[in-house]
Amino acid sequence: MSRTDWEVVIGLEIHTQLNTQSKIFSGASTAFGAEPNAQACAVDIALPGVLPVLNKGAVERAIRFGLAIGATVAPKSIFARKNYFYPDLPKGYQISQYELPVVQGGQITLQVPDGKGGAYEKVVNLTRAHLEEDAGKSLHEDFHGMTGIDLNRAGTPLLEIVSEPDMRSSAEAVAYAKALHALVRWIDICDGNMQEGSFRCDANVSVRPRGQAEFGTRREIKNLNSFRFLQQAIDYEIQWQIDLIEDGGKVQQATVLFDADTGETRAMRSKEDAHDYRYFPDPDLLPLVISSEWIERVKGELPELPEALSARFQGEYGLSAYDATTLTASREVAQFYLDTVAAAGAANAKTCANWVMGELAGRLNKAELDITASPVSAAQLAGLVQRIADNTISNAIAKKVFEALWNKEGESADAIIEAQGLKQVTDTGAIEAIIDEVLAANQKSVEEFRAGKEKAFNALVGQCMKASKGKANPAQVNELLKKKLG
Amino acid sequence: MIESSLKDIAAALRDKKVSAVELATESLSRIEAGNARINAFVTVDRDGALATAKAADERLAAGTAGPLTGIPLAHKDVFCTEGVLTTCGSKMLSNFVSPYDAHVVSLLKAAGAVMVGKTNMDEFAMGSSNENSHFGPTRNPWNTDKVPGGSSGGSAAAVAARMVPIATGTDTGGSIRQPASLCGITGIKPTYGRVSRYGMIAYASSLDQGGAFGYSAEDCALLLSAMAGHDPRDSTSLEQGAEDFGRDLAKPLAGLRVGLPKEFFAEGMSDDVRATVDAAIAEYRKLGATTVEVSLPNARLAIPAYYVIAPAEASSNLSRFDGVRYGHRAADYGDLNDMYCKSRAEGFGSEVKRRILVGTYVLSHGYYDAYYIKAQKLRRLIANDFAAAFQQCDLIAGPVSPTVAFGIGEKSDDPVQMYLSDIYTIAVNLAGLPGLSHPAGFGAGGLPVGLQLIGNYFGEARLLNAAHQYQQHTDWHTRVPAGL
Repeated sequence: MSRTDWEVVIGLEIHTQLNTQSKIFSGASTAFGAEPNAQACAVDIALPGVLPVLNKGAVERAIRFGLAIGATVAPKSIFARKNYFYPDLPKGYQISQYELPVVQGGQITLQVPDGKGGAYEKVVNLTRAHLEEDAGKSLHEDFHGMTGIDLNRAGTPLLEIVSEPDMRSSAEAVAYAKALHALVRWIDICDGNMQEGSFRCDANVSVRPRGQAEFGTRREIKNLNSFRFLQQAIDYEIQWQIDLIEDGGKVQQATVLFDADTGETRAMRSKEDAHDYRYFPDPDLLPLVISSEWIERVKGELPELPEALSARFQGEYGLSAYDATTLTASREVAQFYLDTVAAAGAANAKTCANWVMGELAGRLNKAELDITASPVSAAQLAGLVQRIADNTISNAIAKKVFEALWNKEGESADAIIEAQGLKQVTDTGAIEAIIDEVLAANQKSVEEFRAGKEKAFNALVGQCMKASKGKANPAQVNELLKKKLG
Repeated sequence: MIESSLKDIAAALRDKKVSAVELATESLSRIEAGNARINAFVTVDRDGALATAKAADERLAAGTAGPLTGIPLAHKDVFCTEGVLTTCGSKMLSNFVSPYDAHVVSLLKAAGAVMVGKTNMDEFAMGSSNENSHFGPTRNPWNTDKVPGGSSGGSAAAVAARMVPIATGTDTGGSIRQPASLCGITGIKPTYGRVSRYGMIAYASSLDQGGAFGYSAEDCALLLSAMAGHDPRDSTSLEQGAEDFGRDLAKPLAGLRVGLPKEFFAEGMSDDVRATVDAAIAEYRKLGATTVEVSLPNARLAIPAYYVIAPAEASSNLSRFDGVRYGHRAADYGDLNDMYCKSRAEGFGSEVKRRILVGTYVLSHGYYDAYYIKAQKLRRLIANDFAAAFQQCDLIAGPVSPTVAFGIGEKSDDPVQMYLSDIYTIAVNLAGLPGLSHPAGFGAGGLPVGLQLIGNYFGEARLLNAAHQYQQHTDWHTRVPAGL
């Protein structure tokens, strides 16, 4: 019996916490980490008689997002009440948007790593994004069989971003989540802090035999707060569903939780005991009306978006799609790159890209530094790139100079090259003298080379470079050595 | 002095013929003397009242007094009052002391009015008789075997019994106009959005509206003017600022076009109410008004539409009363669900539970369109009817309630009969229009009968003008129950 070829179908719902100063329906602060209930006002704790007032800053951020993904920003949307009882939901309902969300449609283009070092392009369509308030937190520890309630988070503005079921692998899902994560920070609507819960993913996962038109039954994995967990949870869930079906079982629609310790997903509630949320328009809030003037104003304030910038990097600088995407992963990286190219000259854009993504990124990563805190400035890096371009230093020496810049041994690449005498040797006579010395001292290698051992040639080049303390121009060394051994 | 008009009381205060402390004391002793019989008050705040009165006297002495400074008043117990019990007529909130003032309460505090206490009401404003109060029924000062109407029955009874000259109320389906009518006083519910709902415990948010009770239209105008105005804390509050609703009181009624909805006069009204209403309309004609028959064809659908929309909103609004953060929590419970169930089962009365169940049902998956959406459509039709009628007239007149005050216990076993007593008032809330009830005479058993005037949006000044002119030529509003 041949095994069925299974196709995976994934859609994501991502809750992004909007970075407003105050809550979506009250004036209380949204700052993270305060004493429990220190940031819960009368509205947040739902005292009798209190009423919600919409925070315009949250709406503005939703508009920004809508524009960034080419969606329709609804001229009129409605806040609805989602009714259910839970101790950390003070009103007994969550104010959300149901039938008419503020952002409708839109799409994101991503580069998905193909696992072979390359990447392919993928377009993910979005269904909607809607504004809603977060709930508080139930604290089950430290209360000896009782539950503590912290309402600091209650009323924090969220934008729930819902994708179409367009993703076909966990890699695509992660690439999409990462692209969205980059975008919401890029347009400055969310701090993206996943540890603090500012960016949380729910994944709807189903499988179907390839070629089948209808979707399989989906299960929803709740509250994944890292890209790694997202990948692990989806991979586990896919295998679980395939195993179940191949063993003759049927997937039941359910909400599941991912256990990071075991790497497994387990059902939280099935469809049968799903809530009836009794949505209806919130009579305390008027319909949200967004004028075209408001949209235009927000549009005028939007920064150049990563997709457009990435296209520009490919078109103007000749970068590959993958490099362009890497350099537009965050606004800070892109800005650093742009500053470097501006100082080094557009002709050196490719070299700049290699250095920003290579040496600099690696070093920052190791030091756990953000690019905004880089000890090597864009101007310094540009100076270094220029010296490589004009053959003042080789790549190998450039790494030394970079190290020196990192360690603040000099103000600029030029100063370091000068002070440490790292200028590349390009004088033919000087290089020939070095080669002669090396050949004299390494007769064995010379003989081996003459006997047909290609490797021996490389060893001789290495010796020459070593003898010049790395300063000899490697191309010239190659050329002259070949001639001598000719 | 308490029985005088606000104008006369204010003049006496200004002329130092009486002090605010004396007035407060008079009000408090009347409450002390009468409340055991009437049960109009849930809470009497003697100390607070005397302290506020003393401050009012200082303002009067300093010459910084406004028209309400030093005037005793009562708040319906639906309004949150800082540091004073706010029960909403419910066991659920029988221990709730609000940490903040409702917008209305703070406005009236700032005006210098002296709150003497909080008045009894149907639990969470659900009822038409004040029998649904956890604190026992309020009795009608005209006949203590009768109901005062509801849900603002405590406020209406307190004013009718001359315990206070003015009181606040709320009107979701007639809860100001009906008790005003049954207690023989004047009451006005303004256009939806005029009075901030901030701090007014919600029953049905899209219908709830605060308003005023007084002896006369003139007094109601003064109170309402101090209560209304835009409040940024209520998103449904109208942009209009405060205004003087008494500005047109003196305007003659010549040329006023009064619409008489034929559906209101077709059937259902008892004979004594009909005779009183007819006589009042005749009086308006004498004052120069003309009458024209208008039609509100969908008004008959107001009660079914209301009893879908109001319970739907209530079922959600009352979810916050869960025993977690404040209010009643059951003494013994197992798990979380058990705590919810027991706390709410014990904390809510039967009418509240009935409406929560109805509301939950109509919002449920599969029923929402058939009930809630349908009711919203009816609501639009009803509002359109009024809009068409106001093409032909300046105000609409009709009965408030089909009968005079009914007996305590008479309708309490039959919710539908009880609901029908609001048949003439509910459509006004669904449309969001202003409505007023003023005393128009007496019916069976010598019990008061009110006339309802309905205005177009923002037509409060016109309504109060008409009622005031009527009261200049009649004395029904000056009649006081025997035995006070």
